[in-house]
Amino acid sequence: MRTAEAFAKTKAEGRAALVGYLPAGFPTLADSIKAIDIMIDHGADIIEVGLPYSDPVMDGPAIQRAADRALAAGFRTRQAFEVVEAVAGRVPILIMTYWNLVERYGVDVFARDFAAAGGAGLITPDLIPDEAEEWLTASDAHDLDRIFLVAPSSTEERIAATVRACRGFVYAQSVMGVTGARAATSTAAPALVERTRAHTDLPIGVGLGVRDGDQAAEVASYGDAVIVGSAIVGCYLETDDIPSGHQRLADLTADLAAGVRR
Amino acid sequence: MPQPDVFGHWGEFGGRFVPEALIAALEELDIAHAKALEDPGFQAEFDRLLREYGNLPSPLYRADRLSEEAGVEIWLKREDLNHTGAHKIRNVLGQALLTKRMGKTRVIAETGAGQHGVAAATAAAYFGFDCTVYMGEEDTRRQALNVARMQLLGAEVVPVTTGSRTLKDAMNEALREWVATVDNTHYLIGSVGGPHPFPRLVRDYCRGIGDEARAQLLERAGRLPAAVAACVGGGSNAMGAFTAFLDDDVKLYGFEAGGEGLDTGRTAAAINSGGIGVLHGARTYVLQDEDGQTKESHSISAGLDYPAVGPEHAHLAATGRAVYEAVTDAEAMDALEKLARTEGIICAIESAHAVAGALRIAPSLDPGSIVLVNLSGRGDKDMGTVVDYFGFGDADNKGDQQ
Repeated sequence: MRTAEAFAKTKAEGRAALVGYLPAGFPTLADSIKAIDIMIDHGADIIEVGLPYSDPVMDGPAIQRAADRALAAGFRTRQAFEVVEAVAGRVPILIMTYWNLVERYGVDVFARDFAAAGGAGLITPDLIPDEAEEWLTASDAHDLDRIFLVAPSSTEERIAATVRACRGFVYAQSVMGVTGARAATSTAAPALVERTRAHTDLPIGVGLGVRDGDQAAEVASYGDAVIVGSAIVGCYLETDDIPSGHQRLADLTADLAAGVRR
Repeated sequence: MPQPDVFGHWGEFGGRFVPEALIAALEELDIAHAKALEDPGFQAEFDRLLREYGNLPSPLYRADRLSEEAGVEIWLKREDLNHTGAHKIRNVLGQALLTKRMGKTRVIAETGAGQHGVAAATAAAYFGFDCTVYMGEEDTRRQALNVARMQLLGAEVVPVTTGSRTLKDAMNEALREWVATVDNTHYLIGSVGGPHPFPRLVRDYCRGIGDEARAQLLERAGRLPAAVAACVGGGSNAMGAFTAFLDDDVKLYGFEAGGEGLDTGRTAAAINSGGIGVLHGARTYVLQDEDGQTKESHSISAGLDYPAVGPEHAHLAATGRAVYEAVTDAEAMDALEKLARTEGIICAIESAHAVAGALRIAPSLDPGSIVLVNLSGRGDKDMGTVVDYFGFGDADNKGDQQ
């Protein structure tokens, strides 16, 4: 399913979309598929499948630990496509990845295999449009969405250029810092969304370390999508008991889904 | 002198592969650096600092006994005599001066064995900046003396417990911290790597090595060298030595850390055994597996133990302007011992790679040619490794290896 279809649906329902992130291969390869199904069953509108990487400079401790675990268990890039293929159909499936993994796989080949698996688009946290020529071409050729990031430090000029390169939605990295759950809410986030909206009609997703339904409701009041990662990963980090992690994830997703519907 | 394009590309290498959140800070840094380079006041202050505080220009020394063995004239650029014991003082003083100019009051740095951390802490102490140094947890244990030095200089040392817990992970952590604190903090990077403009900026602050040596040689020997030799980890001392000679008819040799040998996989030779990839914000040669996951590097020399190389080196290698060869741990340690016994100079193990490389290329040069070797650092910090390797420390030991 395309990202635009999911946003058309949530817009019609007058609410923000819930985007859930989980690294492929975490807590295990099979359980990452199971966990994504659980998120979809409990109200996630879009899924981000993370590609575990050895040097994730934008991620905080929770996602770093999850990636380390998946890599230690022998995760390979091509297995991400198995995950995508297994969960695609009901909601749009995006991959979020550091750029070297795509470049190493081959940008066009990656786009081809990902599209064939039923993927909708890529989120590229360390690729700015200025460096993305090959990806712009490949994403057009294989009809994939491309989601670049804007940040509180982005100038108006850069926001304008970045949203022009985006397709699907725009990812607002709404705090200056790495991914991870935060207790405090951000004043920078609504301001960034407002600045970005002045340059585009695309939906704007907000990543802000949201960890529960209340925070999801707050972010949903100004963003078009609420992106949740570290809190989801956290369901499996603090326990070796995967079934209990699945239960925590089901409860968390239901809470978040209720949040975006308030 | 070759310059990168406006986005910091040297050919296909370099660039900015970082989160958008850092772009504004990199732009600010790029503009500040460009203005500083054109400002006579900045240059005068930098020169004064290097001279009065850094003990520069460093001497150029003709190593006669070593030359006799090599069959060519070997001239050593004595960066080992600089304040803090290596070329690194040039980089940290340049960046600290720029930090002050940008109105920032705090610096962060990554360090492997602690040499850059100590240099950064030194510059921070001089300028009165707050300083936080990220260091792999493994390295903090192995290099407790350098941790103590940084602490004495007033820096906070943060052990990094993620990933492989080494230099590359310390660099990841410094980048993460920088995103969150970029308003008042400068990332005082330790080599010619990272996103644009860092590779160019660090090169510009280190290029005095080659500028001085070129003038010193012309004055003393009346001619240019046939070749320049330097060790390459990230590559700041080598870029510093090469830059002045890029437009001359002078061969440039970078010697990477071959570790236990290229065929063993236990190496840090990114150009010789890595592939083109993106790491720490730049496209360059990276030691990586089939999927692009970074591989751990190995070298007896902590300062060269890094799985990538600065993008300008990647470009010089790809275009053939400079030649990069690997020197193994064993070859470097032999050269370290040879230099000590012929010249009475104990150099850093890093620099011993350059000495070994110079001795290797000497037979390919016309007799009497000059080889300029950048002796980038002193060896005091390496005596623990030397003791373990040669089995010294026992008065009966005559120095037979292991």
